[in-house]
Amino acid sequence: MNRRGRLIPWLWLLPSFLLIAVFLIYPVIETLRISFMNRDSSVYVGAGNYQYVFTNSATQTALLNNVLWLVFFTVLAVGLGLIFAVLTGRVRYEAVAKAAIFIPMAISFVAAAVIWRFMYAYRPEDFTQIGLVNAAATNLGLEPTAWLVEQPLPYIDQLLPSPLHTNNFALIAVGVWMWTGFAMVILSAGLKGISTEVLEAARVDGASEWQIFWRIILPMLSPTIAVVATTLVIQALKKFDMVWVMTAGNFGTDVVATLMFKEMFNFRDFGRAAALAVILLVAILPVMLITIRRFRSQEETR
Amino acid sequence: MIAELAKPQASFQGFVSRLSKFVSRLPLHVVLVGIALLWITPAFGLLTSSFRDAAAVASSGWWTAFQLPFEFTLDNYQAVLTQNRMGVSFLNSLIISIPGTVIPILVAAFAAFAFAWMRFPGRDTLFIFVVALLVVPVQMTLIPVLRLLTNLQIAGSFPAIWLAHTGYGLPFAVFLLRNFFGALPRELLESAYLDGASSVRVFFRLILPLSVPALASLAIFQFLWVWNDLLVALVILQDPGKAPMTVTITNLVSSFGAQWQLLTSAAFISMMLPLVIFFALQRYFVQGILTGAVKG
Repeated sequence: MNRRGRLIPWLWLLPSFLLIAVFLIYPVIETLRISFMNRDSSVYVGAGNYQYVFTNSATQTALLNNVLWLVFFTVLAVGLGLIFAVLTGRVRYEAVAKAAIFIPMAISFVAAAVIWRFMYAYRPEDFTQIGLVNAAATNLGLEPTAWLVEQPLPYIDQLLPSPLHTNNFALIAVGVWMWTGFAMVILSAGLKGISTEVLEAARVDGASEWQIFWRIILPMLSPTIAVVATTLVIQALKKFDMVWVMTAGNFGTDVVATLMFKEMFNFRDFGRAAALAVILLVAILPVMLITIRRFRSQEETR
Repeated sequence: MIAELAKPQASFQGFVSRLSKFVSRLPLHVVLVGIALLWITPAFGLLTSSFRDAAAVASSGWWTAFQLPFEFTLDNYQAVLTQNRMGVSFLNSLIISIPGTVIPILVAAFAAFAFAWMRFPGRDTLFIFVVALLVVPVQMTLIPVLRLLTNLQIAGSFPAIWLAHTGYGLPFAVFLLRNFFGALPRELLESAYLDGASSVRVFFRLILPLSVPALASLAIFQFLWVWNDLLVALVILQDPGKAPMTVTITNLVSSFGAQWQLLTSAAFISMMLPLVIFFALQRYFVQGILTGAVKG
C-alpha cells in the first residue's frame, strides 16, 4: 500500500480521537494530578486529599452509602429482573407487561426523583396523607414515616448504633424501580437463547420446574447475569442525579458523586473533589478489566 | 353425522381444558398484573396530580381524584410553562439534545468504519482502549473539562455542551457501530470496491443506509442520555437562561418542594418526549440495550 493509502484510516479516526483525547483522556490524567494538589491546584499536597477523604466522617458515610447502593441496588435489580423475565416469558401479554416495567428506563432520574418524592411525601399523623406510601401505611394502622429523613434501623440500632440510614433504602428502591426493566429485558433475551430442547429433555426426565430453574436456567444464564450486573455496578458507583434531586445528600444520604459535586461548587476544593473522582475510577477499574476480558473472548468467537 | 355430534363435545372439552389451564395459571396472572400495575402507579400518580388544582393536590391523595365530579385543570401546565421557565427550558433541552445526538453519531460512524473495515497497525489495541473508556465515570473528567472550557471562554455556551456530550458519548457509539458495521456482509463491500468506489462513497452509499437499525438504536440512546442528563448540564451550563429541563426542575424542587401541582406538571413535560420515543421506537430501544449493555 502506498503512503496515502496508509494514512486513510487515521483520517477517519481523527475526529473521534481528537474529541476522546480532549474530553476523556486528558481530563482523566489531569484529575489524577489535581487530586494530589491543594484546593485551587497551586501546590502539591501529596496524599493529603486522600487522607482527608478516608478519615472525614462525611466522606466515610458517602463511601459506605456507595457500598450499600452497590450491594442492594445490584442484587435487587438483577433478582427482580430475573424473576420478571421468567414470569413474563410465560404469558401471551408478555410485551405489555414488559413495557410497564421497562418504562422508567426512558425517563430522567430527575423526573423519577419528583415522582418518588411525591410517593414518599410525609405529613404528621393527624393530617391527610397525600403520598401513596404513607397513605398505604396509615391505612394498615402504621405510623406515617418521613422516608427520606434519617431513621434509626428498627431493632438493630438498639443493639448496635448503626451508621446505616434507612432513608438510603428509600432511595435505592427508586433506583431499583428504574433499572429492573433493563435487567429484565437483557435477561429475558438470554432466557430465549436457552434451547427449548434442553428444557424439554429435563422435563421428560422428571425434573420439576424449580429444579430446572436452579440447575439449568440459572447456570446457562450466568454470563448474561454478569453483563447485567457489571452495568448496574457502574450505575451504583456513579449514582448522582437521583440522590441530588431527592435529598441533595442530606440526612446521611450523600454518595461519592454528590459529595464530589459539593466539594467542587459549594466548598470550591478541587483537590478533594478530584480525589473523590479518582476513588470512583479505582472502584470501577475491576469492572473495566472484566469488560475488556469479556470483549476479547467475544472477539475470538466472532 | 358422527363428526357433527362429536364437535360440540370436543369444543366443550377444549373449553374445560383451557379453563383448567387458566385457573392453574391464575396465580401467575395475578402476580404479573399486580407487578405491572405497581410499576406504573408512581408515574400515574404524577400524571394525575399534574392535572389537579393546587388546593386539591395539597389536601387529598391523587387517587381520590377519580370520583365524580371530576375536576381536572390545565392551569398547572400553563403556570410552569410561562412563569417557571419550563417553556424556555424545553427549547433549551431540544437545542442541547439534537446536536448532542447527531454530532457524536456521525463522528463515531467514521471511526467505526475504520475499525470495522480498514487494516492499520494497532487497530485492535486501540479498539480495546475505546472499550475500556466505556466505563470511565464522567466525574473523572468534570474538573479539567470545566477549566478547559473556561480557558477557551466557551464554558456556558451550547457548543461547549454539544462537544462535551460528543466526547462522553463517543466510546459507546464507536463500540456499538463498529460491531454492527463489522457484521455487514464482506462480499457487498468487496464488490463495491472492485467497481471502483472510493471509501467515502462506500461509507455514505452503502454502510450508512444498511445500518439504519443500529443508527436508530444509537440515536435513541444518545438522545435520551443527553435529554435526561443533569450532571453535565449543571457543571457546564451555569446560565439559568440556557438551562435544560432537568436543571430547571431540580431548581423548582429546591424552591417549591411542596408545590406538587407545579413539580408534577414540570416533570411530566420533561417525560413526554422520552415516552413518545419509547412507545414509537420500542423495538430499536430494546435492540440497542441488547447490543451495548455496558454504557458507563
